[in-house]
Amino acid sequence: MRGFGLAIAALCTLLLSGCGYNELQRRDEQVKAAWAEVLNQYQRRADLVPNLVNTVKGYAAQEQQVLRQVTEARARAGSIQATPELVDNPEAFAKFQAAQAELTSALSRLLAVAENYPQLKSDALFRDLQAQLEGTENRIAVARNRYIKAVEEYNVTVRSFPSNLTAMMFGFKPKPTFTVENEKELAKPPRVDFERKAK
Amino acid sequence: MIRGLFLALLFSAAVWAQLSVPPLTARVIDQTATLTSEQRAELERKLREFELRKGSQIAVLMVPSTAPETVEQYALRVAEEWKLGRKGIDDGALLLIAKNDRAVRIEVGYGLEGALNDAAASRIIREIIVPRFREGDFFGGISAGVDAMMRVIQGEPLPEPKRPAIADGGIGQVIPVLLILALVAGSLLRAILGRFLGGIVTGALVGALAWLLVGVLAVALIAAVIAFIFTLFGGGGYGGRYGGGFSGRGGGFSGGGFRGGGGSFGGGGASGRW
Repeated sequence: MRGFGLAIAALCTLLLSGCGYNELQRRDEQVKAAWAEVLNQYQRRADLVPNLVNTVKGYAAQEQQVLRQVTEARARAGSIQATPELVDNPEAFAKFQAAQAELTSALSRLLAVAENYPQLKSDALFRDLQAQLEGTENRIAVARNRYIKAVEEYNVTVRSFPSNLTAMMFGFKPKPTFTVENEKELAKPPRVDFERKAK
Repeated sequence: MIRGLFLALLFSAAVWAQLSVPPLTARVIDQTATLTSEQRAELERKLREFELRKGSQIAVLMVPSTAPETVEQYALRVAEEWKLGRKGIDDGALLLIAKNDRAVRIEVGYGLEGALNDAAASRIIREIIVPRFREGDFFGGISAGVDAMMRVIQGEPLPEPKRPAIADGGIGQVIPVLLILALVAGSLLRAILGRFLGGIVTGALVGALAWLLVGVLAVALIAAVIAFIFTLFGGGGYGGRYGGGFSGRGGGFSGGGFRGGGGSFGGGGASGRW
């Protein structure tokens, strides 16, 4: 086994590209870039929250509970160090995902509550913030999809022959991705629209 | 592994069920036969003029429905496939109307997200497009919406559109000039300086000029070498094809058709319902 490995190593030194080394590097970088975009969009959302909370407070200060939940969820999501290395740590990745999902649902509750306040709904600033939030949720969905695709390509390279040998040798491991059940629910931007019939 | 396979299957099934993206044949594509051909032509003209003036590509697509996808998902797929906007500048925008879903979306390229941000796009939909659509005035809504989009984009500092002469024909437009220059200067210089030196000087001249006109060093070098060879070996008539291998193209707009310039999108924009 050892001799075999050595032989492969020798071969790979000669033909690194043939063993998919360059391919692995390229895919790895793509995953990193896609992940950076995901983080970027989550950050964009987090940046919108204080403004949104303040605007809602101006009209619906009594909705303390929902407002607090949003603020807390944002704080929790923000407390997780969202480094690019997070991708290589499945446990931290799951935690990060859970925190972001919590913020997503807290925000959609906030928007649902906002429906009860006609004055708030007609406030120009609130409408702009709502549009920005919707846009950001859509960007998050897009960034997540692109991340999933990048990881899929990377994982296929890591697992298929002969690049899997190279991957093993240089320590490229399959990367975690967003789970599908979760994905379905999150792929749609949260929309509060009571006129629309359920499908 | 089996899970992966299952996922792949699921994914391919989802792809199969998707609505296909129509080929980009014009700036305004109406699959619902709502607009008359005059109305389409007017929108088309407006958008073409805007692209010539500002460089930014805007397209309008009207479909009956985007089911099973949401209007956001379909809009992004269309935008990704059409690649509206110039490459690297990403100044494209798409106005998508799903008539039977009563849904409308403005999809904004990366480069326009500053000016035509989500809030601005949402306002255009809410205040300009939706009220007209509610009254059944689709052309009015689209036309006013497109006007508003153009007004907003107009305020964004974007790189100048390429001059049509260069952008449209690329090197093709320059070749006749170079050809004449090479012919005249080549034979003149050959007479004065001799074959080899004349060839070198002509090549350098043509190369410098090509670089100035096209701005691509590689193309200029090729032109220089060709001019050199022609002067070196050329005798009486220049009957041969001169630089026939060039096929570079600059802009996204060519001839009568329309195609995207290579812009990219990241899900920015806004949606609305009426």
